[in-house]
Parts: sequence; C-alpha cells; structure tokens
Amino acid sequence: MSVAIDIFECMFEYEGMASAAAILDDSPTRATVDELQARIRSMQTTTLDTRTIPTHPAIARLLPGGGLKEGATYSVDNSATLLMALLAGPSAAGSWCGVIGVPEFGVEAAQHFGIDLERLVLVPHPGEHWLGVTAAIADVISVVVTRPPKRASDSSVARLSARLRQRGATLIVLGPWPQSEAMLSLSDSRWSGIGQGNGHLSARQATVTVSSRMGRPQSARLWLPDPHEQFREVDRFAQPEPGSPRQGSSFPEPAHLHEAAG
Amino acid sequence: MRRTSSLASPSAPMRTMVLWCPDWPITAALRGLAAGGPAVGGLATGTSGAGTGHDPVAVDVPLALIEAGQVFACSASARSEGVRRGHRVREAQARCPGLRVLDYDRALDIRAFEPVLDAIEETMPGAQVVRPGTCAVRARGPARYYGGEEEAALWLLDALDALGIHGSRVGIADGPFTAEHAARTPQRQRIRIVPEGGSSEFLAGMPVGLLGEHALATLLRRLGIRTLGDFARLQPQDVEARFGDAGARVHALARGLDSRPVVPRVVPEELDSVVGFEPPLDRIDQVTFGFRASADRFIDQLVQARLVCTSIRIEVDSESGELSERTWLHPRSFTAADVVDRVRWQLQGSGSIAGNPFGSGLSSAITRVRVVPESVDAIGNHEQGLWGTGHDERIHHGLSRVQSMLGHGAVVTAAIGGGRTLLDRQNLVAWGDPTELATTERARPDALPWPGQLPTPSPGTVFEALRPAMVIDAAGVAIDLDLRGVLSGTPARFSTDGRTLRPVAAWAGPWTNDERWWDADTFRRASRFQVVDDAGAAWLLVLDSHLWWAEARYD
Repeated sequence: MSVAIDIFECMFEYEGMASAAAILDDSPTRATVDELQARIRSMQTTTLDTRTIPTHPAIARLLPGGGLKEGATYSVDNSATLLMALLAGPSAAGSWCGVIGVPEFGVEAAQHFGIDLERLVLVPHPGEHWLGVTAAIADVISVVVTRPPKRASDSSVARLSARLRQRGATLIVLGPWPQSEAMLSLSDSRWSGIGQGNGHLSARQATVTVSSRMGRPQSARLWLPDPHEQFREVDRFAQPEPGSPRQGSSFPEPAHLHEAAG
Repeated sequence: MRRTSSLASPSAPMRTMVLWCPDWPITAALRGLAAGGPAVGGLATGTSGAGTGHDPVAVDVPLALIEAGQVFACSASARSEGVRRGHRVREAQARCPGLRVLDYDRALDIRAFEPVLDAIEETMPGAQVVRPGTCAVRARGPARYYGGEEEAALWLLDALDALGIHGSRVGIADGPFTAEHAARTPQRQRIRIVPEGGSSEFLAGMPVGLLGEHALATLLRRLGIRTLGDFARLQPQDVEARFGDAGARVHALARGLDSRPVVPRVVPEELDSVVGFEPPLDRIDQVTFGFRASADRFIDQLVQARLVCTSIRIEVDSESGELSERTWLHPRSFTAADVVDRVRWQLQGSGSIAGNPFGSGLSSAITRVRVVPESVDAIGNHEQGLWGTGHDERIHHGLSRVQSMLGHGAVVTAAIGGGRTLLDRQNLVAWGDPTELATTERARPDALPWPGQLPTPSPGTVFEALRPAMVIDAAGVAIDLDLRGVLSGTPARFSTDGRTLRPVAAWAGPWTNDERWWDADTFRRASRFQVVDDAGAAWLLVLDSHLWWAEARYD
C-alpha cells in the first residue's frame, strides 16, 4: 500500500512540476528565466581560459561573456565598420591587430574609428598560404582578422583553434566559420545626413545582431558611426534624427532585383 | 678628452701640425671631373656648353659649386673675376660669364680626401680629419723622426705634391686652432711654424670673428674688442662669469691655450663579405646555403667591431654578366638569418627566376654574392632593455617569418598621407622599411588642406581597383555630367556588380575634383557621388569621363 502511495506522490509531484512550467511558459517572467539560463550557459564556456580582452562597450554587452575572449573565434558578416568596431577596443588598449587577406580594408576609416595604425599590420594578399599566415601571425599578434578565400578543412580549423587557444589570440573571420564563438551581423542600416542630391553621409544607425551557440541572439540598435565618428548605443528616448532618408519601401521593385545588404 | 687628461694636464696644449688644402671642394670636383663619369653628381646649369664631364678640365677653369642656390666654393680663377662665396648663381654668372657651375656634393669631398689621408698616414701616423681638406697630426713624433718640425712638414707637402695636389699649406703651433690659422696665414712660405708658447702673440692681431662663435664675436665687437689679443687680455674669471663655459673655452683658444687633443682616426675595417661560387650555382637554395656560413662571419665581424648593421647592400653577379644590387633596411639590426633571408628575397625578386615565382631555379647561374654594410650603429644602442622591448621583438620575428613565406612586400603597415583619392591617402609600407621612405617617395603631408577631400565618416571598404558601375535615371538612361557639372537626370537605380540593379534611396553629389589641370597628360577630372540603396548600403561612386566606377563602400 505504502509503495503505491509513494508512486502516486511521485506522479503528483511530476505533474505539479509540469504544470508549473506550463504556467511559466505564458507568463512574462519566461523571458527573464531564459535570459538567466543563457547567462548560466555562457558562464559554462567550452574553453578553460575565459579571459576577455578590452572590447568597445557598445558591442561588449551583446557578446557572450561580455567581451571578446582570448583564444576564441568570432565571425563577422561582411561589414567593415562592424569589424573596425571590434578592433577599436583592443587596439586602443595597446594590442596589435593583424588583417590578413582583406586588401580593401579602409585604413583611413580604421584610424578615425580609433585603431592605432602604428600597431596595425596588413597582409593584403596571402594567396594560397592564408591559413599558414594566419597561424603565424596569431602566434605574435593578439587580434587577427582573416578572410578565408575558400572553406578550410575541419582538421586545419581544429589545428588553428588549438593554436589560438594556446597563444591566447582572438581570431575574427570575415564570413562563416565552423567553430565560431559568436556571429555578428548588421541589418537595417539607416543613413542620416544625406538627401536627394543634397547633404552627405554623416551617421548611421544599424541593428547589430550577435548569435552565439548558447542562448538567444542578442541585438541592439547602434550608431555605426554617429556624427562624431564614435560607436555608441542609440538612445531610445532621444528625438529621431533629422533628415533621415526615405527608405526603400517607396520604390516598388521586382523582388529578384533586390540583393542582400552588403 | 679623458685620454689626454690622464697623460698631461688639460691646460698644456699639444704641438700640432695642421695641413690645409685650399679650396678643397673645388679640387675634389676637378679631380672627379678628371676621373670622368659619375663621380660628379648632376651638372647644374652649365654655361660653357662644351663640358660633358669626360673631357679633362684645365685647372684654371672658372668653377663654382652651388649649394641651395648659392655659391658654396669657387676656384681661384672665378674668384679673380669677382665671384664670392654666398653669391646667388645668377649673380656669379653675371660676374663671370664663362663660369662652370656644378652641384656641391659633400660625399665627393670626403671620398676624394680619402687617398690624401692614406698618403698622409704613410708619411706620419695618426691623422685627424678636421673637415675634408684639413687634417691635424700630432707634431712631436714626426718632428723627432724627421729631425725637426720644418723637415717633417716638408715631407708632408712632398707626399701631397706626389698626389698632384698643389698649393697645400702646413701650420705648426700649440693646439689645432692656432696651427690651422698658422696654415691659413697669407704668405709666400707654405710652412708657418709658430714657436712653442708663442701662440697668443701670433693670434693677437687676428679678428675675433675667427673664433667661430658668431653671436659672441658680434657682441665682442660691440664691446670694443676687435682682435683676439684684446679678448685674451681679459681676465679668465671675468670671461667665464660673463659668457659661461662656451665663452671660457673660446677665451682659452684666443690665449693660445688650445687644449684639444689630436685624436687619430680609426682606419675603417673592411666589413664586406664576398662569396664566389665555382662552378656557378643555379638554384636559390644552393646559393643561400652557400652563403649561410659567410653571413655568420659577416655578423661576427660586426659584433667584434662592436657594431650592428641597420642597412645592407647585396650585390649578386650572375653568369650572364648581370649585376643585381639592392639595399635592404632593417628596423632594428640584422642577424645572420636575416642576411640570408634578404639574399634569398633578392634572388626571388630580381626577376632572374625562370618561370614560376615560387620555383627555385634561376635563369642565369650566380657566380658571386657580396654583402656590404651600408649603415652601422654602435651595438650599445641596440641592446635590448631588460624589460619592455620583448613584445615588439617577438612581433618582428613573427612578421619576418611571414615575409620569408610571401616576400618582403607582402606584410605592410599603413600610414595616412595627403591625397585626393582614398587610395592615394593610404600609404602602405613594407614591414621593416622606414616610414620616412614613404614620405619622401610618395606621400604628401596630410596636414595640408586637400580640396575635394571626402567628408567624414570615411568608408570602411576601399577597393584596390575601381570597380565598374552603372547609374541610370527613372527612364533607364545612363546618367552623365555635362561640362558645367550639371547632371543629365536624377539617379533612380544603380548597379555595382554588373548584374543587379538597386533602387537609389538617397544620393548626394556631384563633387568634382580637377587633378593636375596644368598637365595635359596626367589631368584627371572625376566627380564623386554618395549613393544609398534601399537596404541601407552606401557606396562612393565616381563618374570619370562618362564612365561610372565604384571607389568605396560604406558598410
């Protein structure tokens, strides 16, 4: 008899748990729970050494772990400004930066965005040796940017990751990368200061989305850059910026002519 | 200084013999001309049209050397026509229409003095070069050896006459200052000996301007002190109190108490390293391997001389008679491995490789490799500190490794210079090359106002080469700009990849740049536009002679 009662009790407890979860599912606290779980997961990182390097505060908030990590790989979806925003923090803190295989890297913009050109090394055309060059430079330089001309084999990716962890270098890949800590992308750009034949580009607001293996994608609306060539978060309660351009909705175009924003 | 103070009290002047070759720059230039060819740098405005440098020039040709648009030195015949040092070129030519004008080349001066110095050192040891054309020797030893100071001076003059340098003069006195002015005394005798202790008497009548301190000399003249004798009569304590250490030093000179010693020059050692290959080698790895031991020796020699090398010249002779020569610079100092690397890079880059650039075969076999240190520095200046320099050293090694994989120019650092196009503004300098090189060769200063400069923010992506683009108006007609800078329509759609047309959400421009309008060959007029598409991607487009190009992207 007592055994049967025990079983029933267990069943009731189980039931109770399930119903509690069901209640939570609908309540607004669900988002908070998710966020807390994401934080717990991001604390349980895959690497042993979880030291972060100085990162620009506007972006650090979005990244898992609250900043760029030593030995980790991040991939950036083809936005040079976003890449420079990532480099600006470490460079201002005295790190060397290496940019491999990006011949069109705008050096002047980099300087304006706070990257120290004295500590910037470029290898514009590594050619076939891009992986070897990336590894050699990651040995000595703490933040390395590379753009793979083709997909790297899994074994070479694993070797490079091991080397990065050992050296404590941070790799930023332009384009997809199989083992990236987080993927940063830019969407919904709005330029201000430019009109129909008048003005000039002066500032941009864009949504930066960071999707990582753990937790939900984080996104925020950032000035990339603001009128003073700084990166910062958009103040939600500020007045909408004057002279914002008309957006594409006024141009009904066949869908096949559209292309993803570069 | 320290050496003499241990030998003798610093106030006791040393008997010094000074040899002076008058108008040495002219002598050097004439000898360079007589030798023919490249010894003399570019002929400036030669007025006597006949001279090309190969014909032997008579000694009495009126000749002037020009530095910074002014006469630096002139020959005796030019001087007799009224040409003086400091004249402008036009003025000198007006006074002496037959004047031959050359650029002054300091290196030539020094180079031409080298054989003279060798001849002097054969006659008597330990010469100190005061400046090219003037050198000082301790007089005591030679005087004892040749049996008298005058006798020694005659030997010295004979040695110079044997070299074909006439008109040189010798002065012997206490200290180099008095001896030099003794040599420069205008008189028929070519030797002037001031007896021991007679320096102050000898100098007494000379003007204070000889002291070489322009400001002090002016002040002394205004104080009524016009000769060195007047100056010497002042009390040393008073002079020191009024004019400080520098004043006290020249006061000692005026009193004939020149305590400066003669420091004999150190004969420079041969630090070159040459390897000949017999039979000639036709593979890069063979050559570099053959040179490796020699590179070690080369660096060892430098270290023994307590020097490090910051720039080397590598000469490679090939069997077909070609000579490839290049100077390599190093941000710190060369090690043996660095030298071997540079030899390999030069072989790879010299164009002597048959076929593929990554191959190791050479089109013509190498017979000889020579490495010459171009600029050296004391080893003490390059010693690593205990802390703080380790990081950069590590980075340098890592980047050098990449350079040895990809070539010298593959790893670059960037600097922003002046210019109108975005590509002009960024100067890429190979790792290890000094950035000054870039500023002299290509870059223009950024601080100048550059009309037509882009407003900030700068684009993050600057294409290495302009990409073809297209901009059309609503009717599908390509947009163009007329000569007055008026657009033919309103941009409605544009394409930067040749495939997809995107709508123009916002645009600005044109901003027209006229570059080099004074030169028909390099004249360029281009108009820039900023264009934003419906997805928020912004482009910098250029309209250059009816063609659209994409210069950069704001992304």
